[in-house]
Amino acid sequence: MSDSVVSTNGWKPNPRAARRRSADHVATAFGMVMAGILVLVLASILWTLLSRGLAGLSAAAIMKPMGPPGSSSGLANAIVGSLIQTFLALLLATPLGLGCGIYLSEYGTDTNKFASCVRFVSDVLMSVPSILVGLFVYQVMVAPFGHFSALAGSVALAILAVPIIVRTTEDMLRLVPTAMREAGAALGATRWRVTLSLCLRSAKTGVLTGILLALARVSGETAPLLFTSLGNQNWSFSLTRPMASLPVTIYQYAGASYEDWVQLAWAGALLVTMGVLAINIAVRVSARRG
Amino acid sequence: MWWLRSPDNARFSSQSFSRMTLATATPSEEARDTAGASRSGSRRSGPDTAFHFLVAASALLVLVVLGGLVVLMGIGGGQAFRTFGLGFAFSDVWNPVADLYGAWAPLFGTIVSTLIGVAIALPLAFGTAFWLTAMAPPRIAAIVGTAVQLLAAVPSIIFGMWGFFTIVPFMARTVQPFLTHHFKHVPGIRFIIHGAPFGTGLMTAGLVLAVMIAPFMTAVMRDVFAAMPNMLRESAYGLGATRWDVMWKVVVPWSRSGMIGAIVLGMGRALGETMAVTFVIGNVTAVGWSLFAPRSTVASLIALQFPESPAGSLRLSALLALGFILMLLSFASLALARMLRGNTK
Repeated sequence: MSDSVVSTNGWKPNPRAARRRSADHVATAFGMVMAGILVLVLASILWTLLSRGLAGLSAAAIMKPMGPPGSSSGLANAIVGSLIQTFLALLLATPLGLGCGIYLSEYGTDTNKFASCVRFVSDVLMSVPSILVGLFVYQVMVAPFGHFSALAGSVALAILAVPIIVRTTEDMLRLVPTAMREAGAALGATRWRVTLSLCLRSAKTGVLTGILLALARVSGETAPLLFTSLGNQNWSFSLTRPMASLPVTIYQYAGASYEDWVQLAWAGALLVTMGVLAINIAVRVSARRG
Repeated sequence: MWWLRSPDNARFSSQSFSRMTLATATPSEEARDTAGASRSGSRRSGPDTAFHFLVAASALLVLVVLGGLVVLMGIGGGQAFRTFGLGFAFSDVWNPVADLYGAWAPLFGTIVSTLIGVAIALPLAFGTAFWLTAMAPPRIAAIVGTAVQLLAAVPSIIFGMWGFFTIVPFMARTVQPFLTHHFKHVPGIRFIIHGAPFGTGLMTAGLVLAVMIAPFMTAVMRDVFAAMPNMLRESAYGLGATRWDVMWKVVVPWSRSGMIGAIVLGMGRALGETMAVTFVIGNVTAVGWSLFAPRSTVASLIALQFPESPAGSLRLSALLALGFILMLLSFASLALARMLRGNTK
């Protein structure tokens, strides 16, 4: 490399340096073109979503429940159904994920075989195709009872949320300095007091971030709900019956041949995306402040 | 203080502390602890044991969920595996009328669409990450980087809808007629582009998957590239290296394991993706070389045929067996990522 640099001082261009420079030009162009393509494609997705979603978005779309095509129906029951199922899923996933994360960080050292096994399983669970989670919950909670239920949908979503919460909880607790635990122990605090009142409290922001990220991930999931909460045309607040959700409604309406249903699907897609993006932006802003 | 002496407690292994613990760990005190004679000892061990039990139980529950997932999928698919034997994985028949099922058609679709997706997403992600870390002005890099990270979180059904309403018509009206017109008589290519211009198929699915996983891969690669110590970069520039030299000979070797992780994670996402693919794959269970004819993938087949399959039928069992194979595939890709990362570190 240094040879070529020295020899470029002569009047004759060094072929190696020239080759390196042209390779650099090609690579630069390649990088810029690729970045340009990616940004353009993603902008096109957002533009399609915004233009078609805003056209379908109206007060009626949010306030009225679903109905037959051509009846000026809306998405209200799907929106409420999505909110209920997502928050129920978080309610189920948070204690479990926190408990598992605490176990892995406070009790699961490198020599603990059980803990490393759980850690690996949690990683596997994070990358399991979400439709398989739907199949699993169908076999456990739908087939034995003979009917679809909102509760089954929530459990499926919770299974997807747990590994995310486990991972962030463990990582955040590991960042808590040992001195903090020693100080707690020196003051006579028991181990659970140290874990909950010292470690978990000082890692609060990070753990909360994990829960929010899990919420964002879960709120756009469609596949696990297809065979669990199924969807519902009418208002339903019962957890033991099928319940509508926004992603499933989008899936059903987008493929329909009625113009107003397709418009509602776009409006729903816009709502879901905005919700997910809002949560992610909130996480980012709070992380920057903290 | 009994819990500080527990062998699995690496948290408290700072030297002075462990010496102190050792000093207090006299046999007599231990005896008192277990006998419950020490008031403080017995008071503390109750809630502490309960807490330990509680968190260990939630860890066990996570283990049970995955175990149950695998076992139930295997048991459910058992009927199909018993009926068709090992040939299930290699038979390309999927005929609900004759009750004959084979996994090869959807498996082929899953593998090919994933490979196309990764092959397109990789240069996009690598080029964009290269541009973001080496060329872009800091302010623009910050904006584009954040935007890409945010887009990695967009639900997959949005990509499916976009593909359905944008890519499918584009393929049907522009790409396929163009290819058929110009390459119809070229041997080799003819087989790949064969088919009526529906716009759906493996190529469309691969494109949508690529667009879906590219932001995610870009975000990970950018993080990996940015994690390299600046000194290495500066030394290379100081020796007269060009931007590409630095990228290819310093950054890429340094961050190889992270890049492999990004690629394999993207691949794992593409393998199990349901919603983005179901919209654009065309859903025909057939095997063939054409990338532009309607096909199906494991996930899309499950999503579409599961509701029509009565409980206890062979078809349901075949779908569960497909799910089991998909599970194994995604498991294998994760294990591969871990192995490669372990090797290079």
